[in-house]
Amino acid sequence: MENDPNNILDEVTKGEYKYGFYTDIEMETAPKGLSEDTIRFISAKKNEPGWLLEFRLNAYRKWLGMTEPTWAHLHHPPINYQDIIYYAAPKKKKELASLDEVDPELIETFNKLGISLEEQKRLTGVAVDAVIDSVSVKTTFSETLEKQGIIFCSFSEAVQKVPDLVKQYLGTVVPSDDNYFAALNSAVFSDGSFCYIPKGVRCPIELSTYFRINAANTGQFERTLIIGDEGSYVSYMEGCTAPMRDENQLHAAIVEIIALKDAEVKYSTVQNWYPGNKQGEGGIYNFVTKRGICKGNNSKISWTQVETGSAITWKYPSVVLMGDNTVGEFYSVAVTNNYQQADTGSKMIHLGRNSKSTIISKGISAGHSSNSYRGLVKMTKRALNSRNFSQCDSLLLGDKCGAHTFPYIKTENQSSIVEHEATTSKISDDQLFYCNQRGISTESAIGLIVNGYAREVLKQLPMEFAVEAQKLLAISLEGSVG
Amino acid sequence: MLSIKNLRASINGKEILRGINLEIRPGEVHAIMGPNGTGKSTLASVIAGRDIFEVEEGEIIFRGKNLLEMPVEDRSSEGIFLSFQYPVEIPGVSITNFMRTAVNEQRKYHGLDPMPANEFLAKMEEKKRMLDIHAKLANRSVNEGFSGGEKKKNEIFQMAMLEPALAILDETDSGLDIDALKVVANGVNKLRRPDNAFLVITHYQRLLDYIVPDIVHVLFDGRIVRSGGKELAMELEEKGYEWIKAEA
Amino acid sequence: MEGITTNYNTKETLIRLFGENRPEESPAMANLREQAMEVFVQNGFPHTKLEKWRNTDLSRSLNHAYTFPLEPASDGTEPEDIFRCDVPGFNTFMVSLLNGRVTDAGKNLPQAADGVIVCSMAEAFEKHTDLIERHYAKYAGSGDNAMIALNTAFARDGVFIFVPDNVEVTEIVQTVNLIHSSEPVFVQPRNLVIMGRNSSLRLVMCDDSVDNNVGFINSVSEFVLAENARLDHYKLQNKNDHSALINNSAFHLEAGANLSTSAISLNGGLIRNETQVLLNGRGSHADVLGAYLMDRHQHIDNQVFIDHAVSDCTSNELFKGILDDSASGVFNGHILVRKDAQRTNAYQNNKNILISDKAVIDTKPFLEIYADDVKCSHGATVGQLDAEAMFYLRSRGISASNARMLLMYAFVAEIVNRISIPELRGRIDDLVKKRLRGELSVCDQCVLHCNSREQKIAFEIDMSKI
Repeated sequence: MENDPNNILDEVTKGEYKYGFYTDIEMETAPKGLSEDTIRFISAKKNEPGWLLEFRLNAYRKWLGMTEPTWAHLHHPPINYQDIIYYAAPKKKKELASLDEVDPELIETFNKLGISLEEQKRLTGVAVDAVIDSVSVKTTFSETLEKQGIIFCSFSEAVQKVPDLVKQYLGTVVPSDDNYFAALNSAVFSDGSFCYIPKGVRCPIELSTYFRINAANTGQFERTLIIGDEGSYVSYMEGCTAPMRDENQLHAAIVEIIALKDAEVKYSTVQNWYPGNKQGEGGIYNFVTKRGICKGNNSKISWTQVETGSAITWKYPSVVLMGDNTVGEFYSVAVTNNYQQADTGSKMIHLGRNSKSTIISKGISAGHSSNSYRGLVKMTKRALNSRNFSQCDSLLLGDKCGAHTFPYIKTENQSSIVEHEATTSKISDDQLFYCNQRGISTESAIGLIVNGYAREVLKQLPMEFAVEAQKLLAISLEGSVG
Repeated sequence: MLSIKNLRASINGKEILRGINLEIRPGEVHAIMGPNGTGKSTLASVIAGRDIFEVEEGEIIFRGKNLLEMPVEDRSSEGIFLSFQYPVEIPGVSITNFMRTAVNEQRKYHGLDPMPANEFLAKMEEKKRMLDIHAKLANRSVNEGFSGGEKKKNEIFQMAMLEPALAILDETDSGLDIDALKVVANGVNKLRRPDNAFLVITHYQRLLDYIVPDIVHVLFDGRIVRSGGKELAMELEEKGYEWIKAEA
Repeated sequence: MEGITTNYNTKETLIRLFGENRPEESPAMANLREQAMEVFVQNGFPHTKLEKWRNTDLSRSLNHAYTFPLEPASDGTEPEDIFRCDVPGFNTFMVSLLNGRVTDAGKNLPQAADGVIVCSMAEAFEKHTDLIERHYAKYAGSGDNAMIALNTAFARDGVFIFVPDNVEVTEIVQTVNLIHSSEPVFVQPRNLVIMGRNSSLRLVMCDDSVDNNVGFINSVSEFVLAENARLDHYKLQNKNDHSALINNSAFHLEAGANLSTSAISLNGGLIRNETQVLLNGRGSHADVLGAYLMDRHQHIDNQVFIDHAVSDCTSNELFKGILDDSASGVFNGHILVRKDAQRTNAYQNNKNILISDKAVIDTKPFLEIYADDVKCSHGATVGQLDAEAMFYLRSRGISASNARMLLMYAFVAEIVNRISIPELRGRIDDLVKKRLRGELSVCDQCVLHCNSREQKIAFEIDMSKI
């Protein structure tokens, strides 16, 4: 992609958060607050089997006994969990038979987001599952995929269509009491995406989910489950936006990935939730648990994330390397500006022999923001001859922000090698002068240098995402250097 | 083209340039020579607009415009190019990307639309061919891991791409072996036109064997103490700078 | 309350002891002790539920029927009878502590005439009240640190050093901290080093065991370096496998001060070094170095906190260690660069080699940065001896076991070579070689070598020939 002239960084577009509009759609919501009744309401709405309701209620009871984690380098006022609407869905008049029947307002919303569902379908060959507030509204391309035995649909649909698969894997990577936010999600998750790639199938197109929070006072709790059966391959993308609102909104999602023998799953995220305004008011609280397990030998899971949004990001996409010769990767760019706070990183738990993991994290902080890398690399006794390499760099723009690195390394065998490197730097005056001398304005120069700094990660993204991510980086940092 | 009058500049309160006067006309090649620490690189930086230097007095008029009032990037778009003595590394930014940004920002300054990608790439190819630069250079990050020679060639390549009216070569010969020096000098000679000009800053006469100057200036202690034809460079080479110091 | 549970209510014993043994002293000092005791009572002994103690478990070390000697022993044992420092050509001004009390009080440094004071803390509490008042317990904050608090509550003695402005102490000062008792003792020495402007001092602090008995040392040392003072500081730790050593060192540096501190840990049942450095004046610099060689069931824990409070300071942190058998290691480095600490240059690295599948290392090199014009980097590695280097050495005819030893030696040499006192460097170099050969143990001084492990390699490697 580097040689493709069309991918040369376009001129940085001006503008603040451009996805901050609100769509007026008739909504169906649950009453505010959380109780067993709320959970029964959600479960009934979705016509769920009894075991799933039990799963939810179990999680809820565990959650009641848990406390919010405080170890992250984050500060926020307490979240009132009774002041949140746990279910909000565009009101369906009847079952949708085709795209023509989708609420035109909704189609308009996705057009504004640059993901015209119909366009996507025709032009790019990307299958899209769009989730608005809590409910999946449209999945494109599913018929094409079905021919290959690939199941790509909303989570609720999967519960109806393939309940055994869901039951077999749900909560096996992220147990319902894994952590406070995971327990909350397990209790109230509303919808999300489900994906199953059968044995030996290479998914021919990128699968993509677009998440959007629209309604006010709403939390979004989606749940994604991806299963790569033996010898399969899939590349999966996730994008997210939210309207600009003065109050904070909670987003607590779970993503579980299972890679069986010889399978490869690549998961890419461009997270662009509303970050709040310049004074730090509003924005999404993003507490997300993402974890994959390389269950079978020779399997591979790769996380790539570009984090530019959210007022608070608490997120540690992880890989449990259970099989022998498995590979885990984590590539991350996290940008924080104004009063954003991010505490993000990865965990690589090596259980299998000859397992390999790579962590490349590029933090960029500006304004009054705080940006922390937190990661764990663990080599267990059994993980002989395993390797990890971690590189965690921080770039500081301005002297009011913070950039922190908290790596945890634990090694319990003598044949594994763990290497961690980190540097902290700023954009040098020499670099800016050099760019200026070639006629490049300071703003553009920062965009250029930051993209260069993040290139190692950006080049991991699928093409569709890479260009968007590059622009996003430059926009997120606008006005950060005076 | 360029007219500098009584230019005084200082850094951290220490005066480096003590009244420079210089006139450069289109088509001319000027050389500035002088011992280390006399202000040669400072002069180049002040023309380009480096803000660590304080201009105390004087003016720099370039094609009718007052350069001292302009930010660095505008001076560049007006046609000033500085080939750096120590080009900085910019990790992760490919030369293609870097040049494309520069070319299009300069075009924007002049009210032109961005150059179409294919046209831009064709131009890169053409300039690379002209300067004997291997194709691989263009996909590497700006100056990152370049040898001294590669960095200087890259500067000349950028000069070819941006087609400045006035190119200032700040000690472009330093750290070059004779072959790299020839490549650099050939590049400069190929780019000479009746409507552009060069200001070549050098410590040694060697470079001037390949880039023949019309006028040679000797800078000493922040002032131009002597100007003359190319034979002045030969004289300096023979007699050394002690001769100038004694005179000054 | 969570905490350590032992069969011997150690905490309750300490609380009772505190009430029964109040020394006669100023109200300020009494107050200080009381406040510190409160912190200890609140927190108790640190336990593994605490983030900072997650990987160091004191419960086994505390599970003994300790006595807490607060007064000097009266059996007349002289350290010279049981211990001899045998660094050839290493002439130092030695202060010995036996079970936490200075034994040879009254000796005078030749430079006493210049105003240099080296004496027991007990003496300083009485004679140098103004200095004590100004500096004592000012740098090692007991805030939530229960071990420092416990020491502050009970401290009776230790080493006191005062170097006036512009005085360069020519003699190397050495402290030797010994435990010798037939029953398990818990001692809490307290040291204070005050250095005036432009002064300099070389200080070697040794912790040794002379027998194989159980002992617990909870030591706190405070160092304050005024403008442009220079301190060259070494900790040598060679303790038996039944000992626990908690070593808190707090360094306070004013502008232009220069600190080099190295912790060389050769043996010890459980060693925890907590080092905090406050760079409080512009242009101050700290080198914080460490080397550890642990085997059997030994445990080493190095906690380093470097606080860049002001601009233009530099710090350089390097810890290297080798862990064999079932040894466990912890490194927790934390560099804090405060908001206005521009032009900070901070480097932190922890390198480990594991040579057994039962050895465990936890390393956490943290950076917390609030200023933008900084150069900070950190790294941590865990690995093995370089296979290529091993092959190279063996291809030259060196046996595998010797090649291994040679590479381990080379690995640690990076730290040893930075010791600036030649005699000490030579001695430590020698100790490291001995340690690697398995010869060095607590019984090094004893011909029976009853506790030493089997000697695997019987000949000396001539390093100069490699």
